[in-house]
Amino acid sequence: MPDEMKSTATDKVTARIPAVYTNALTGFFEAATSGSLFTIRFFKEIVKPRYEFSEFLKQSYLIGYKSFPLVAITGFIMGLVLTIQSRPTLVQFGAESWLPAMVAISIIREIGPVITALIFAGKVGSGIGAELASMKVTEQIDAMEVSGNNPYKYLVVTRVMAATLMLPVLVTIADAIALYGAYVGVNLQGNVSFHLFFLQVFEKLEFLDVFPALIKTFFFGFSVGIIGCYKGYNATKGTEGVGESANSAVVFASLAVFIIDMVAVQITSLFI
Amino acid sequence: MDTNVITIEHLKKSFGKNQVLKDINLNIVKGENLVVCGKSGSGKSVLIKCLVGLIEPDGGKVVLLGKDIDGLDSTALNELRKKVGFLFQSAALYDSMNVRENLSFPLRDLKSKSPEDIEALVVEALANVGLEDVAEKMPSELSGGQRKRIGLARTLILKPEIILYDEPTTGLDPITSKEISQLILDIQKKYNTTSIIITHDVECMRITSNRMIIIKDGVSVAEGTFDELSASDDEWVRSFFQ
Repeated sequence: MPDEMKSTATDKVTARIPAVYTNALTGFFEAATSGSLFTIRFFKEIVKPRYEFSEFLKQSYLIGYKSFPLVAITGFIMGLVLTIQSRPTLVQFGAESWLPAMVAISIIREIGPVITALIFAGKVGSGIGAELASMKVTEQIDAMEVSGNNPYKYLVVTRVMAATLMLPVLVTIADAIALYGAYVGVNLQGNVSFHLFFLQVFEKLEFLDVFPALIKTFFFGFSVGIIGCYKGYNATKGTEGVGESANSAVVFASLAVFIIDMVAVQITSLFI
Repeated sequence: MDTNVITIEHLKKSFGKNQVLKDINLNIVKGENLVVCGKSGSGKSVLIKCLVGLIEPDGGKVVLLGKDIDGLDSTALNELRKKVGFLFQSAALYDSMNVRENLSFPLRDLKSKSPEDIEALVVEALANVGLEDVAEKMPSELSGGQRKRIGLARTLILKPEIILYDEPTTGLDPITSKEISQLILDIQKKYNTTSIIITHDVECMRITSNRMIIIKDGVSVAEGTFDELSASDDEWVRSFFQ
């Protein structure tokens, strides 16, 4: 077919696709490319000196320690509610004695990491997104750049590292508090000693319950950190952009948590 | 013989279909203060952001201190940026740091500087802008004029050879504006810096400029001293001085 005819045929096909779809598709691929490059840059920058150790410690304090009360309260309620809700069903089957083990496995494997990661995405993801977006629209990031410093390393690497390392710690603490909540839940309608409750919990817990659940929290933390930073670092449209960055950071980080969890479950199921 | 510190040749920049800079050519010699004027949205800020690599031009050449910025890798560009100060319109102080930390931030990569040296430089920079007693304050506790001065002090702390001012007196009262303009002039005299000053403030133009250009539709349409341009035959050019 001659070139002219080919071109006309392509134009006809293109004309049939509404611009809204082509724009959305272009936007999706642009965002995916830009997000990937942003993430690749993280792995390049993390190995290069200078290492922003003091800023990393500060961020670990802000991201980890400051999230502790929220995570602790959520963990306690999570364990308590799960126990209270599960008891009637187990009683129906005469399996009440399984309650501590069942609740523990649910919390350690799935509910603890996912709920804590979602809380973390809401608090930390939005915080990072809003902070960096605000710095971006007030030209503070540009100011760092023109002074010959590397804002990516100072702002992004430290926050992503802190989020990656702090979330597993928070999940571990949340799991422990949730188990205590479960113990309280069991004792609301029964009488089980602290020693017996945790003996039953640890008897049934296996390495494959704890280890994969812990590993995936590093990925949860990384995704919350990198998405928050990406959304903030690339903010536009002034103060409106700050709110938009914070909001989309939470939405995409929460989505990422579920997607990572789904993949992690598939991988873990290969070994169980 | 005059030495060109900044050379710009055929600089072009578009955002989508909007061609902001069409063909800008400039030579600025050492120790000169060049004022750039033009309507809002005429590309003045884009011009100075292209100089430090914050915005990548679509075409043309920028040579700073003898180095073509297009050919520089990130390390070389960062080294060059340390010789170029940039005062942002909003001063762009780091909200999470106090004034002392704001001023010492640009010095953190200089391994040759001890903490005592850095403190001495911070004190000197604060003295240069007449704000010795605000070192422990947070940016939110400062007035607009103080923020501009601290922004200028942060710009000066690396002893730059070139300083780019993006509307340094915007949003300030006439007295503070005049003080900032005088400060810009004092800095030029004290450190023999080369500066590009973007401003609409007639008093600032009068005090600080050695030479001026006016940008219209992405090109420089008028060039001369303050007195020459303020007495221009072109009414549009004269309107900037009213």
